[in-house]
Amino acid sequence: MKQEKTTRSGERLYMAFIYIVLALLAISILVPVAWVFMASFKQNSEFYGNPWVLPAGLYWQNFVDAWNGAKMGEYMLNSVIVTALALAMLLVVALPAAYCLSRFKFVGRKVLRVLFMAGLFINVNYIVVPIFLMLRDGDNWLKSTFGSSFLLNNLFMLAVVYAATALPFTIHLLSGYFATLAHDYEEAAYIDGAGYATTMIRIIFPMAKPSIITIILFNFLSFWNEYIISMTLMSSTNSARTLPVGLLNLMQAQQSAAQYGTMYAGLVLVMLPTLILYICVQKQLTQGMTVGGLKG
Amino acid sequence: MYKNKGRSRFLVLCLAPATILFAIFMILPTVNVFRMSLFERGAYSPNETFVGLKNFQQLFQDSQFIRSMQNMILLVVIVTIITFGVALLFAAILTREKVKGQNLFRIVFYIPNILSVVVISGIFSAIYKPENGMLNSLIGLFHTMTNPILWKGETLVIPSLILAMVWQAIGYYMVMYMASMSSVPESLYESANLDGAGRVTQFFQITIPLIWTNIRTTLTFFIISTINMAFLFVKAMTSGGPNGASDVALNYMYSQKDAGLYGYSMAIGVVIFLFSFALSACVNRVTEREPLEF
Repeated sequence: MKQEKTTRSGERLYMAFIYIVLALLAISILVPVAWVFMASFKQNSEFYGNPWVLPAGLYWQNFVDAWNGAKMGEYMLNSVIVTALALAMLLVVALPAAYCLSRFKFVGRKVLRVLFMAGLFINVNYIVVPIFLMLRDGDNWLKSTFGSSFLLNNLFMLAVVYAATALPFTIHLLSGYFATLAHDYEEAAYIDGAGYATTMIRIIFPMAKPSIITIILFNFLSFWNEYIISMTLMSSTNSARTLPVGLLNLMQAQQSAAQYGTMYAGLVLVMLPTLILYICVQKQLTQGMTVGGLKG
Repeated sequence: MYKNKGRSRFLVLCLAPATILFAIFMILPTVNVFRMSLFERGAYSPNETFVGLKNFQQLFQDSQFIRSMQNMILLVVIVTIITFGVALLFAAILTREKVKGQNLFRIVFYIPNILSVVVISGIFSAIYKPENGMLNSLIGLFHTMTNPILWKGETLVIPSLILAMVWQAIGYYMVMYMASMSSVPESLYESANLDGAGRVTQFFQITIPLIWTNIRTTLTFFIISTINMAFLFVKAMTSGGPNGASDVALNYMYSQKDAGLYGYSMAIGVVIFLFSFALSACVNRVTEREPLEF
């Protein structure tokens, strides 16, 4: 009897300990994020005191400064364009390829699958320098032959690079899903006289909707948040910038100018879209990852 | 006959765009990393001169390169150990114990993974700021500091980076392991309970062995992604400073590219490539076990 009592109180102590540890971890994540939101409403003079004091008022001017003065509004538009273009291209290219690789037998299928699989091990940032040089050489050639360059400092090309380098992960994830479907779907469609393309677009793709949403989510986050490729390929001083690169410049400028309020407003502007998206689709995101099992 | 022709045309149309994009933007640059490491290239002209292994010879006498490799290895090893240890433990707690608000914890822990590294580095500079930073003002509550702690100073910069990287990665892996742990059948734990096996025993004897395949795959990819993440964090948070104390190999490669030393930069790239493959292969070999069925 006594034994049981001690184990039960030990049990309670153990659970209390677990809750405290979990709560501490949650706080260590939530507080810094919330702090940035709070700081984005502070006036510059408020940054020289205790960091835990609430802002004196809602100083919206920070957001105006960030949006117009620091051009975050323009960068936001650029980011939207690049992300949307890259996602559209990725879907158009990756969906048919993944479908064929997982559902058809043909010569060279194995080679292609191995190649795309190997692509999973190549990180974009390992190869960013050759990509940059290749595009610059291409630009120099274009300039000498046609008189104008096209490849660097171009949002469209940035989107192409994003889409191309996201292919291995996306095809891997989609093929995994397509492979689980029964072949009866296609056979039934063929008997009804549907061609290959019709079958693929009208029958198979609608069934793959959950996987498609998952790859859109994951790739949206990686395109929206990416900054190394964007910084490298959009390096000329007057070229368009994406949001994270603009923010990085703002953060570096802030070190000398000490425009804290504007900087934190910029931080909020970059993370707000992803946070809103996350709140809407968190279930899909935290469950979808079990499909791929790896990170791009 | 007609059908066959249509079939191959369909296959070519579907596969060609992906294959071409992949070949141009991934295979070709990868081949180029290896090829260019053997050449010297002018900063603005595409003229290349073959120099053999000269870039590599230089590389192994470059103390800054050695330092950046050491930092990279240190970051990869420590971040991997901490992230996997904590993520597995917390995932086990959240799936095994009847914790209230499990979903809420899951949602919160995943947040850092959706933020850009640039945003995270902004958040952490607010945390690490010497004057009026979050961390120093918290420590100031408990004992008074005469000099503020320089979290991004030469001695503490690596631990500070590790903390930021773990903060970013933990939630993702926790959520992933929670998913695979919840597929372990409850009956196994029930019989273990009857046999009097405690929590720790159950964790090491049931949970870990049964999700081992998943741990193995994620570990391999985590190492590759951490080499990259270390670069993203260093570039945004410290730019390798102060005095190169936090430089990592990929960042050093990038800075050599900025200096116009393309051949040298690509020699670093080759070393990183080989290192990451070798490390993945090692991990793969070491963690090999008979897969368990359940």
